[in-house]
Amino acid sequence: MTPESLSHMKPALEIRSKVLQAVRDFFVGRGFVEVETPVRIPDPALELYIDAEPSGGAYLRTSPELHMKRLLAAGYERIFQIGPCFRRGERGRLHNPEFTMLEWYRLNADYNDILMDTKMLISSVARKVLGGTSLTYKGVQIELMPVWECLSVEEAFLLHAGWNPVKKYDADRFDLDLVGKVEPGLSLKCPVVLKDYPAEAAALARRKPGMEEVAERWELYIAGMEIVNAFSELTDPVEQRRRFEECAAERAKAGRDVYRLDEEFLKALEKGMPDAGGAALGVDRLVMLLAGADSIAGVRAFCS
Amino acid sequence: MYAVGDLRKGLKIEIEGVPYLITEYSFLKPGKGQAVYTVRMKNLLTGSTMTKSYRSNEAFGEPNIEEKELRFSYKENDDFVFVDENYEQFSISAEVLGNSKFFLAEDMKVNAMYFNGQPIEVTLPFFVEKKIIFTEPGARGNTATNVTKPATIEGGYEIHVPLFINQGDTVRIDTRTGDYADRVSK
Repeated sequence: MTPESLSHMKPALEIRSKVLQAVRDFFVGRGFVEVETPVRIPDPALELYIDAEPSGGAYLRTSPELHMKRLLAAGYERIFQIGPCFRRGERGRLHNPEFTMLEWYRLNADYNDILMDTKMLISSVARKVLGGTSLTYKGVQIELMPVWECLSVEEAFLLHAGWNPVKKYDADRFDLDLVGKVEPGLSLKCPVVLKDYPAEAAALARRKPGMEEVAERWELYIAGMEIVNAFSELTDPVEQRRRFEECAAERAKAGRDVYRLDEEFLKALEKGMPDAGGAALGVDRLVMLLAGADSIAGVRAFCS
Repeated sequence: MYAVGDLRKGLKIEIEGVPYLITEYSFLKPGKGQAVYTVRMKNLLTGSTMTKSYRSNEAFGEPNIEEKELRFSYKENDDFVFVDENYEQFSISAEVLGNSKFFLAEDMKVNAMYFNGQPIEVTLPFFVEKKIIFTEPGARGNTATNVTKPATIEGGYEIHVPLFINQGDTVRIDTRTGDYADRVSK
């Protein structure tokens, strides 16, 4: 990056600094403990479509999730972390192989409690950074409060893609239609929550009691951008091991690197973990929104 | 072979024996889902464009494309003869040249693209100067540029020019569009 382009992004980086400060104030004020977990790890979480960057016999984390859940299992009740994560090959307007993630977790909570946290967090950060909860992003007026449109994945697909992925899941069609039809159809005027994903599309989430074909997972979209992913955490060690093993087999079949199961994490679940909810928020995208930046490169210094 | 993750704007790929130039490229990925790569590309044989979406398991061929810097030498029947720096001769048909054939001038430097040894596209300098050999006189004193009239350049190609351009003037033409750009001299 040239000195000119660095100085050009100064306003965006100042907003970034304010966002980080506002996030910390929010969580600390609610009794959360800020934690730091290893960035270079032996066993990244097994996910079908997330690839870890190798790092001298280990990997760079794709998310701090498994370590943070080990803290939960050890009795930490409310924790949050802000830090770098790495995902190989992800580069585009909304993606960079190195990015900044905020994750937070609570014991004795589920994805509905986390949604309330998120609503208060977004509102509190916007008030501190912008002085209010209205903003204009790429020419569209957005009201961050008070209305958040909430629809199930089933409803959203029936409405915008014309089929029901919960009745009969088709992984390829699901992802193509999600980015090609459903996401472009979401309202841009207020935050939108898509909830209750087909269980196949949520490797680390608990199945919904009484509706076993979906998992308790939601995603928050603002201005059409996916900003937050949240779960009621899966705490059943047998089910978790089975899902990891299935995922490892699928990855091997697809020719992707296969990571070992994180046995320390599974051991923590076996000792017993209370119900918990958690979320991951893309900090760069939240800054994009508040700074009016078109791409992730506009809010990260030295992002090529 | 290229994997879909190798694609980028400006790259040339081959699909079912046809070479394409990537003109736009986007990477979309739901956090937990598969990446979707949307690619806009130009068919280098026909010039038409298309947009397609791919997932990460796609692979693309690497077209056998060679680019040569040539200079125009002379025209022989329907063929146009060019030479490289060693004065080796290369013949390219009027069909491949399309409208570019009207804008060539002796010694003009061009870039010729070959696919599997066959010429498929010739790129001229963006602007060339041509003399108007015929146009009706325009209204006197009319200097508006948004009103045009037909004019014929040397070689017989017809363009649209502002009314103040006269027969015998030299004009600059944008070879990418084949349109009038500005007047060089009276």
